[in-house]
Amino acid sequence: MSSPTGPATQGTFLGMPAVPPRSPYGTGHLRGERSFPRAAHDELGNEQLRRNLGKATHSIRAKRLAVTGELPDWEQLRDTGSAIKTDTMNRLPELLEQLERKVTERGGTVHWARDGVEANEIVTRLVRETGSDEILKVKSMATQEIGLNEHLASQGIAALETDLAELIVQLADDRPSHILVPAIHRNREEIREIFLRHIPGVDPALDADPARLAAAARAFLREKFMTTKVAVSGANFGIAETGTLAVVESEGNGRMCLTLPEMLITVMGIEKVLPRFQDLEVFLQLLPRSSTGERMNPYTSLWTGVTPGDGPQEFHLVLLDNGRTAALADRIGRAALNCIRCSACLNVCPVYERTGGHAYGSTYPGPIGAVLTPQLAGMHGAKNDPNSSLPYASSLCGACFDACPVKIDIPSLLVELRHQHTEQSGTTAEKLAMKAAAAVMKRPGLFTAAQKAAGLGRVPAGRDGTLSRLPPPLNGWSDSRDTPAPPKQTFRSWFASAEGAAAMRAAAEEGARHTDDAPHTDDAPQEES
Amino acid sequence: MRIALFATCLGDTLFPEAVKSTAVLLARLGHDVVFPPQQTCCGQMHVNTGYQREPVPLVRNFAEQFGDPAIEAVVVPSGSCAGSVRHQHEIVAERYGDAALRAGVAAVRTKTYELSEFLVDVLDLTDVGAYFPHRVTYHPTCHSLRMLRVGEKPLRLLRAVEGIDLVELPEADACCGFGGTFAVKNAETSTAMLRDKMDHITGTGAAVCTAGDSSCLMHIGGGLSRIRSGKRTLHLAQILAATRTAPHVLTEAAR
Ligand code: SF4
Repeated sequence: MSSPTGPATQGTFLGMPAVPPRSPYGTGHLRGERSFPRAAHDELGNEQLRRNLGKATHSIRAKRLAVTGELPDWEQLRDTGSAIKTDTMNRLPELLEQLERKVTERGGTVHWARDGVEANEIVTRLVRETGSDEILKVKSMATQEIGLNEHLASQGIAALETDLAELIVQLADDRPSHILVPAIHRNREEIREIFLRHIPGVDPALDADPARLAAAARAFLREKFMTTKVAVSGANFGIAETGTLAVVESEGNGRMCLTLPEMLITVMGIEKVLPRFQDLEVFLQLLPRSSTGERMNPYTSLWTGVTPGDGPQEFHLVLLDNGRTAALADRIGRAALNCIRCSACLNVCPVYERTGGHAYGSTYPGPIGAVLTPQLAGMHGAKNDPNSSLPYASSLCGACFDACPVKIDIPSLLVELRHQHTEQSGTTAEKLAMKAAAAVMKRPGLFTAAQKAAGLGRVPAGRDGTLSRLPPPLNGWSDSRDTPAPPKQTFRSWFASAEGAAAMRAAAEEGARHTDDAPHTDDAPQEES
Repeated sequence: MRIALFATCLGDTLFPEAVKSTAVLLARLGHDVVFPPQQTCCGQMHVNTGYQREPVPLVRNFAEQFGDPAIEAVVVPSGSCAGSVRHQHEIVAERYGDAALRAGVAAVRTKTYELSEFLVDVLDLTDVGAYFPHRVTYHPTCHSLRMLRVGEKPLRLLRAVEGIDLVELPEADACCGFGGTFAVKNAETSTAMLRDKMDHITGTGAAVCTAGDSSCLMHIGGGLSRIRSGKRTLHLAQILAATRTAPHVLTEAAR
């Protein structure tokens, strides 16, 4: 063992940043129990899930393309959105302090939470102080991420989700599987059954008509809106310039939560800050079009501190780190923080479409989840962390990059995270194989010898010249695909052979003959006048 | 024009017919085709699987083999390998390379083209004099489509082929599920994607599915063969190289 002597290990050393916090292992929902391939195996077997998902993602994809296509400046909007976000990340500390100042000036209270544990404690304490043992929730990724509902339940406080889809998931004791449509994996019939079983006093004759289902939920929720004193929300945006918070939604239930209770607690990831009020102009166009395929989201709620006599009279903003500064510290990976959680990348992802969100084991599924989750919570090589399988849960097809309204290059981030993972994971069989392959391929002589050896693969080939069974770890491949046996001759040996030379000569002659037969008139010299 | 052919490790070893067709086609179009014999692999598999240190010698070898200023263009019958040279070599050189490697990479990447890009953008051709009297559908591979943005170029080339019956592939731009080691590490998800792609292909009634990437075609073709679909895959170059005097014999082994 060598004794570490770097400045970082000598205790207090002013000027050296501490290791940025990551989300603690075991808290919240940033880590599944199984690796992606294992979890995907089960989900792939669920035909109903795949049908529900395929239908939903296809229809929302088409809607998104239609409404983004009608904006002549869509590409400029994307560029602007990306530029604002990048600027935000470059001066995040300064903007957050400005936000804190402005919120405080307007009568709000700001709390800083290093991780989910701290954020949960802050919220619990605030709720306790009101004497209430139940709260309302507006759909919020941040509180999902830290497992707030579970924590509150363990402290004897009941949290009720008011977003319809989120409510469905909560009543079914299920987990959300999509950023925007948490119950995307459920169909109407399933929802009807969930309501019949879990909503107290629901009409037993309830049918699966969407309007009736919504009405049943509304009746149930209305009662709660009128009686509950505390609400917890997330935030889509927090404006540093004015201290304004923003939530966008489709149902209006969120607005009820934001305005009716006496106390409002907002838990916001620190990356959700925007510099100027005017920046909303860009994001309120980008977000709804990318997420629900709507020109505008039906409800946009903005609030700044507290207004005497109107709305909640107490407002708390909990600023959540939970791995975000760790992501920010990564030169390449920080781009993932630009995400505005529109879910467009999920809806176009062929992997998500087949496996659904649960296979990712995190609050953040799909392509962005595959980069964000390992960044926020780490990839612990020694613990065989399911999170280290996430960067590989992609065919790198690039559809997510094309769809992203803020142009996050998710494929490159995935490749970067794969690199970080292999750099950290010591010697593995795969690494040895990669090294061996590189060693052969950097020496053309060895490569040619290896090609010759591969030619021996013809021996066990079946009658049609294909191999149908390959040894592990390639057996997953050969389960559903035949592999051609290497042909007798490589290209390079053909090209160097007399046969190859003759074929190339014949092709050149044929080309020349063809040119003589039919000269392109438009290529004729134009000099003579 | 003096054109160097990059066969790619996969093309050289497993799919020489696609590379031969590329060579023959370029010769037929009147170009001087050379094959730098020390070439091996672009290192794409390494980078995509998470290894950027290991392929440094491969990137160096590529830059050396194709760096000769007498080579006016490097043509690759593979969208993903062209994409690797264009985008990934820079990342690798930047991280682990010296100044010479970075300069070498920069010089080579700007003259490296995927086949359809080269024909349409550089040679300004859409009709290459090909003859292929079969029903064909085209799968735009992800890296050609989204990394290189070849767009309609391969289709323009195919439309100009004499005798061809070109039919549109539904959901053409959906990934076939190959993704290099993805097909091994997430074999079941990859298979689910492949199944949908195969359904779309067989639904067109085409005898042949073509694309600009032997790797994706290996995956799709391997699946079509496994289900005994009677359909087959052919590299775009093989269709473009076929003429009336030297027709492609569909009944012969299609590699
Ligand atoms: S990564 Fe981009 S596309 Fe995906 S959710 Fe975030 S903003 Fe939307």
